[in-house]
Amino acid sequence: MTDLTTSEAERPAMQKPVIDVSGVDLTFQTNDGPIHALKDVNLEINKGDFVSFIGPSGCGKTTLLRCIAGLETPTGGTLTVNGLSPNEARKARSYGYVFQAAGLYPWRTIGGNVKLPLEIMGFSKEEQIRRVRKVLELVDLEGFEKKYPWQLSGGMQQRASIARALAFDADILLMDEPFGALDEIVRDHLNEQVLKLWARTEKTIAFVTHSIPEAVYLSTKIVVMSPRPGRITDIIESPLPKERPLDIRDSAEFIEIAHRVRDGLRAGHEG
Amino acid sequence: MNRSDTQFERIAYPVGFGLLVLLLWEISVRVFGISPALLPAPSAIGAAIAGSVPILWGDWVQTVIKGAMNGLWMGGIAGVALALVIDRFAFLKQGLMPVANFFAALPIVGLAPIMVMWFGFDWHSKAAVVAIMVFFPMLVNTLGGLAATDSMQRDLMRTYSAGHIATLLKLRIPAALPFVFNGLKIATSLALIGAIVAEYFGSPIRGMGFRITTEMGRLATDMVWAEIFISALTGTALYGLVALIEKRVTFWHPSQRG
Repeated sequence: MTDLTTSEAERPAMQKPVIDVSGVDLTFQTNDGPIHALKDVNLEINKGDFVSFIGPSGCGKTTLLRCIAGLETPTGGTLTVNGLSPNEARKARSYGYVFQAAGLYPWRTIGGNVKLPLEIMGFSKEEQIRRVRKVLELVDLEGFEKKYPWQLSGGMQQRASIARALAFDADILLMDEPFGALDEIVRDHLNEQVLKLWARTEKTIAFVTHSIPEAVYLSTKIVVMSPRPGRITDIIESPLPKERPLDIRDSAEFIEIAHRVRDGLRAGHEG
Repeated sequence: MNRSDTQFERIAYPVGFGLLVLLLWEISVRVFGISPALLPAPSAIGAAIAGSVPILWGDWVQTVIKGAMNGLWMGGIAGVALALVIDRFAFLKQGLMPVANFFAALPIVGLAPIMVMWFGFDWHSKAAVVAIMVFFPMLVNTLGGLAATDSMQRDLMRTYSAGHIATLLKLRIPAALPFVFNGLKIATSLALIGAIVAEYFGSPIRGMGFRITTEMGRLATDMVWAEIFISALTGTALYGLVALIEKRVTFWHPSQRG
């Protein structure tokens, strides 16, 4: 359970982390007794980082993301987002959240779904139209505005849900295994798109996955977690360049990082 | 079945079978010489309908429009409204649901005379009976619909910091509509039954239930059957109308997409 992060020295002294997790504990009380979902989690996420949480099911990666989003409340430790509590950050609309399933409302068109957060947040009509057009273009869904979700493939639905999370231009994007249900080829394609999107929008992204290649391909920082109790076992700063073609996955560097992630996962299992 | 039926077949089959039943009925009555008091022939019923259009129309307006429809909207709105209130305040569910269940168990036959005593002989007492009858299915179905959203959809609304009203309007009410329409379909059939049966316990000298009881007393069964035929026709039409609106409104639901 050693924290191997080396970023402290590299980070400009003035910059405060966007997401600061320190000593976070979370215990769920269930009928079968307490479940220790997170234990002493420490993590800093800086502006523009692409952080992946990887680990087997039950390691608390989704729970940690939900804590950051203010959807769960830690039972111990402190967690700040943009210097605010997660709940305040949520009310300040600091982040967009992409869930495991696209979860588009079937009674709304794609455009209508992307518009949903804008309506709730009270954007003007013209602004809604402008933003819907902009984010649909960002995820390559121009021309699908008037289609209904069920008329689209799973990958396109998930892209629409990303557009929905981007619509109100929060500077943090939280993604909970967004491509877990999609096949390998679609997933590759969407990973590429997410990287492009990240480069274009310069958002801070926290991404939950259980795929090692996905984590290594996408991230600047990989957080390896392990279960019972959910905790961080390794934090890896990726030396890969920001520009990443798909075939970077065959490079020696990539394979080395993937190895380290795998070792981390294995160590967590034995420990 | 390896091909879907054409529009023509969809209509032709049931109409054909219906005509066949009528034909067998007509033949049986004639061949076996059944007394018209026991079972009038379809032709006799048809003649009764054709011969008393103004009476049947007056009965229909009294029972269907004034009794059933008024009761339907009153009970329907009350059911949906109470569902929204119960949904908002969880403690009400524990207190009100047993009471609502109790109401649902009230026998309409016992209730109708009381309503006549309270609200008079005219349609108001019939509407009251109908309202009580449709209230419960509307309440239960709306409540079920409001609970139908999954946690992910509600979490999504939370990430937008959407309040109760916004969540209700943007997510939970649209998601509840297929359930509400199910309730409405049950309610329309109940409304018709309620309005007719309530008239058995006292009514002005018109109305389908009134006509059925009085004509039965005079052994004029052709008129009784005429009223039965018209109420069946009305019930089918109302159900079809609700189903049509449902198709328009909840076009997105898997059961409606076809």
